[in-house]
Amino acid sequence: MSTIPLEIDGRQVAAEEGETILEAAQRNGIHIPTLCYNKQLKPYGECRLCMVEVTKGNRTRIVASCAYPAEENIVVKTNTEKIAKIRKMIIELLWPSLSALAKDYGVTESRFHSDHTDCNLCGMCVRYCSEVKKLNAVYFKGRGINREIAVVPDLANECIYCRDCFTLCSGGWIVDKCDNAYTSLSK
Amino acid sequence: MPKLNSYSDLRKLQEFINARRDPSRTCITVCSGTGCLAYRSQDIYGAFERELEKHELRHVVDLRKTGCYGFCERGPIVVILPEKICYLGTKEKDVPEIVEQTLVKKKLVERLLYKDPATGDRIAHMDDIPFYKHQHRTILASNALVDPKKIEDYIAIGGYSAAAKALFEMNPDSVVKEIRDANLRGRGGGGFPAGRKWDTTKNAPEEPKYVIVNADEGDPGAYMDRSLLEGNPHSVLEGLFLGAYAIGSHEGFIYVRQEYPLAVENTEIAIRQAHELGLLGENILGSGFDFDVTIHRGAGAFVSGESSALMTAIEGKVGEPRSKYIHTAVKGLWDKPTCLNNVETWANVPAIINRGAGWFRSIGTENSKGTKIFSLVGKVNNTGLVEVPMGITLRKIVFDIGGGILKGKKFKAVQTGGPSGGVIPESMLDIPVDFDELDKAGSMMGSGGMIVMDEETCMVDTARYYTDFLAHESCGKCVPCREGLRQMLRILNNITTGNGREGDIELLEELAEFMQVAALCALGKTAANPVMSTIRHFRSEYEAHIREKRCPAGVCKDLISYAIDKNSCIGCGTCAKNCPTNAIYEIRASAVSKDRVFAIDQENCIKCGSCYTVCPDKARAVIKTPVRSFAERV
Repeated sequence: MSTIPLEIDGRQVAAEEGETILEAAQRNGIHIPTLCYNKQLKPYGECRLCMVEVTKGNRTRIVASCAYPAEENIVVKTNTEKIAKIRKMIIELLWPSLSALAKDYGVTESRFHSDHTDCNLCGMCVRYCSEVKKLNAVYFKGRGINREIAVVPDLANECIYCRDCFTLCSGGWIVDKCDNAYTSLSK
Repeated sequence: MPKLNSYSDLRKLQEFINARRDPSRTCITVCSGTGCLAYRSQDIYGAFERELEKHELRHVVDLRKTGCYGFCERGPIVVILPEKICYLGTKEKDVPEIVEQTLVKKKLVERLLYKDPATGDRIAHMDDIPFYKHQHRTILASNALVDPKKIEDYIAIGGYSAAAKALFEMNPDSVVKEIRDANLRGRGGGGFPAGRKWDTTKNAPEEPKYVIVNADEGDPGAYMDRSLLEGNPHSVLEGLFLGAYAIGSHEGFIYVRQEYPLAVENTEIAIRQAHELGLLGENILGSGFDFDVTIHRGAGAFVSGESSALMTAIEGKVGEPRSKYIHTAVKGLWDKPTCLNNVETWANVPAIINRGAGWFRSIGTENSKGTKIFSLVGKVNNTGLVEVPMGITLRKIVFDIGGGILKGKKFKAVQTGGPSGGVIPESMLDIPVDFDELDKAGSMMGSGGMIVMDEETCMVDTARYYTDFLAHESCGKCVPCREGLRQMLRILNNITTGNGREGDIELLEELAEFMQVAALCALGKTAANPVMSTIRHFRSEYEAHIREKRCPAGVCKDLISYAIDKNSCIGCGTCAKNCPTNAIYEIRASAVSKDRVFAIDQENCIKCGSCYTVCPDKARAVIKTPVRSFAERV
């Protein structure tokens, strides 16, 4: 299989056909922070933490590396000043859920009023249930600022209690949401 | 009508229809666009039928329902051809008089004619009315010539001849070349060159290819695309056909909002009729080319106007955008090459093929060619649909065509580009309207919404309104758009309720910049535009709200108060009768006087402004003040 040569953070790396920038970086031990990325699932592009600067010819863009396909001879920078600024803003907006990352980026508080729930709407549970399990027992309800995760009301018909989504959930929110339904139904 | 099997069949049909139509024959056209229909223009049509019957005029006078005439403010509109006598604000009861006077006695019904507000003169001819005089109607003009439900009307004015010309006299490459040469740019908002988009889809390796009409118009106050689909659906269909032929697509979709029932109905009829005539389906006009169109009804999500979200919705999933690092022109609907253009873009295509790229390029500015349709609404005298050449100034649109600001108030700004656009202040009224100039002014062309604002509009409140709209209409998928809008809305709510803090403006700017770079789709990337442009042009209004807790325009309820000046009050009590919370009570004018005047109990006042509106002109005793708490009695 042919490989695609590209530069990430000054290093020459070879991406495989069909790989994204993020995958190529990870395989070469270059760390790019992510929240909504999971290698079993299709690129989603929710969290925007994985944004990087890509220079192609004389044009530089900021793109989500989880979705951007590795292209020949592009120059990728994963941690520029601009990128750090974006990540800091995301940390502040999702405050306080990204506390580990906050330390890395020196963010100690958020300037925004937070009424944050444990759910970051990364959609891991929804996407896993749909893409891997082909069940669709969990879904997104509402749109815009009213978007939330919901479980199909008649859980018994859809959910097979595999609990896989529990382990995928970074905030533990789906556990809370499902626990009652789960315990009462699995008895 | 029999199926058409060749180019000459189409020409013969056109000749056949036109041979039976005498252009000098009187024709009464009744506007049947959504606006006029709401004013019962179908009853007017019925009344004309009866009156013509009564005067035994049916065999000498034609009667036609047409698409939108555009001057919606003054509907229902009746235009009598060929003289183009334009009657505005017509009612069913006016019909006998129109028939009696205009058709029988050849006299005008003066009171129904346009009255020049300055001179008081009446204007009979439609093209002399300022609203129409300054326009350049190439696309909308056909609306008035056809009954949208009759394909023969469209064929009579040369309809489908561009399609036939392409099939028999041009090859797909030359059709694309014509569109490229014309430099037709996308009318949906972005202004991307249509020819380049077509080329990309055409050259994409995969098959099948799709073409889509984006009729998911959702900007508040905009209804251009709606009127085009309602008024002349065949022109859009023919444009789509030409695109399909050029690109090599055999399947097209029209994504139209369910909330546009007439557009859906007329488009359905148009597709059916085109099928019956063999202008859609297999082996079109015997050329060997197949093409079919399906209508997809959208369920009213603003975000579905974004191309990738729209395609996801057609696929049967929730309409959410996806990353477009590989363009939808290459990987679109079902991951196949897909060419999507807006209604107005497609409607321009037949005219370009018929009249040539050179004709199209002769209109407009260097990089924005042709005309653009705007829906001119808000605090302007003549609201309606206007079609103007690119490069016309905003001042001309607002003052010459729009007739200036309502009630002689002062112009403040015009909002273009809908929720993704921005406001343009008075100092920039003379910039030419084209894609690039509007971008430079911090707004955008958008699909053509144009909302005029007067001095009584608060710009912070305007930004808050659009941000609120977007916060609820965003899909909510990515963090920058969802969380960014959530926080933006919170800050704007704080400012407009008097809880703004020093530093809020800077924080808004920082958020806006972040969203522009980091959001997933065009909705999110442009969602901060209303905030950015109002800060850019009206920063002092933000500062007044934050620092002085004052709303200069007197709009933000928490920052204004009403009071009654007891020296001016004539004691009529109209305000008290209209007060929804009974907050207005009687007092004695003074210790020595027995006269009664009124006062407002600030505790119970909800600041709805009813008293302010109803206070008689001779008194003008209710005062609105841009401060939070006002002395109870002046």
